[in-house]
Amino acid sequence: MIRFLAIARTEMLILKRNRWLVVATLIMVLFALALTFAGSAPTGTLGVDMLTVSVASMTTLSVYLAPLLALMISFDAIAGEADRGSLALLLSYPAGRGEVLLGKFTAQLAALAFAMVIGFGSAGAVAAWSGGAGSDSLIALARLICTSVLLGAVFLTLGYLISALAPGTTAAAGMSAGLWLIFVVLYDLGLLGAVVMDQGGAFTQSVFPWVMVANPADAFRVWNIAASDGVALSSGMAGAARALPDWAAPVSLLVWPVLGFAAARAAFRRVEP
Amino acid sequence: MTDNVLQIEQASKTRGKLRVLDAVSLSVAPGERVALLGHNGAGKSTLIKAILGLTPLNGGRISVAGTAPGSGSARAATAFLPEAVSFHPALTGREQLTLFSRLAGARADVPALLDRVGLADALDRRIGTYSKGMRQRLGLAQVLLGRPRVALLDEPTSGLDPISRQDLYDIIDELAGQGTAVLIASHALTEVEARTDRIAILRRGVLVADDTLAGLSARAGLPIRLRIRAREDAGAIAEQTGGRRVNGASVEILCSPAEKMEALRRVAAMGEAVTDIDITPPRLEDLYRHYAQEVSQ
Repeated sequence: MIRFLAIARTEMLILKRNRWLVVATLIMVLFALALTFAGSAPTGTLGVDMLTVSVASMTTLSVYLAPLLALMISFDAIAGEADRGSLALLLSYPAGRGEVLLGKFTAQLAALAFAMVIGFGSAGAVAAWSGGAGSDSLIALARLICTSVLLGAVFLTLGYLISALAPGTTAAAGMSAGLWLIFVVLYDLGLLGAVVMDQGGAFTQSVFPWVMVANPADAFRVWNIAASDGVALSSGMAGAARALPDWAAPVSLLVWPVLGFAAARAAFRRVEP
Repeated sequence: MTDNVLQIEQASKTRGKLRVLDAVSLSVAPGERVALLGHNGAGKSTLIKAILGLTPLNGGRISVAGTAPGSGSARAATAFLPEAVSFHPALTGREQLTLFSRLAGARADVPALLDRVGLADALDRRIGTYSKGMRQRLGLAQVLLGRPRVALLDEPTSGLDPISRQDLYDIIDELAGQGTAVLIASHALTEVEARTDRIAILRRGVLVADDTLAGLSARAGLPIRLRIRAREDAGAIAEQTGGRRVNGASVEILCSPAEKMEALRRVAAMGEAVTDIDITPPRLEDLYRHYAQEVSQ
């Protein structure tokens, strides 16, 4: 049990030393602050405090940024070690492959969580200080941070899966970019097309919401929007969320990391260094 | 046979149509140093990966310290030095070794270990700044962690300068001295010759030799070379012994190991006519060439 912590500690050291932690945190802070200021205009017209609007904009940001940052650190996890030639040595130690993966996951998730907390937290603090905040909007901010970390966890595990399947680091990087595009952009475009074709038929009414929430990125969006009226109001995306039971999005977002980790572990097991 | 800590029986491995390992049987006892020789692609690295449990066999079985390769206890008993080892460049030598020590569950004195392999000065420098030889030494340091029962060294001397090679073999002797079974895959024949107990030769996945150096040369029947320096008339000595003149004053006789003493007695009987005699048994290089190319000729 202590072995995965040893790997996590070393992995954390690497993230700190190669500046990944600093850069990721900086990216989060800059984007979150920019969106908070850019999105501060509609406060008066919607009748909600500025933090609520800020959370709504940051939700949209996080859908893109959390998967991207997660894939950026995770795609290298196995393929990088294999390319360097250090994977065989690592695997000759008593730590099992599951433990190796869990160690890397722990450290990289912690780094991601740090970047999220600092990024969203500082933007939230600025919004609350300049435009006011209520208990509702504070809860919405906390929910945004937690779900962003979960979304990051999903894409960390998917990154490991790719890293185990790809023949090399370069291929893994390319496949990660493709995966990000599919989950975050193409999936929604496809659904949008289907809904337009269906013209409000049975698909749009009963199937579409479930297909949508099966995508972790959309589940993240739905969870944040459905849970807060204010956020829903200012994001204007409440329709689909209403058609689903409350548990659908959280279950999707909680089950995905487990499935992703299991799949990555299974793929890692078949890797012959 | 049960005291062999590493036991390989009829290990076979196919990769596509290629038979990478073909019924290889080899065993190493505690404290024994065995050299594993072979051309590139002869199956040395595959065999080592099979022993580590990193690649599955298609046939036969391997037991490491009485357990299956890749099992937790087998991995705990095994130390491995990969060929051209490399580590994360952002870590320092101390950090990397501390990780390995924790993974091995060994309470190792990391600075002392790094000092042992001559990296005391580079303890807190990033591995990215290390030379190839220094990385190799760091790799060697992790082999010494936690008294392994089996040590597998894949081309341990690659990238090392001659002095470091000496150090390396001193460390290997030390390992063997504390009862570790050491298997060294190598190309460096002359070093292996002097510093191992037994030599195994792989040729295209087949184990063609597994014996001591003396045993190998007896089986190969390669001649022993006697070089006699004559006081005056080398030609006469060449005629008497049936040898061949190599330069003005020397005669070379090739004889089988069985004939060696007979030949020496004859030379000794010549008395004052002979000033010096050198006996050269077949070198590992000759033996290696003999065994590794036996069939292809």
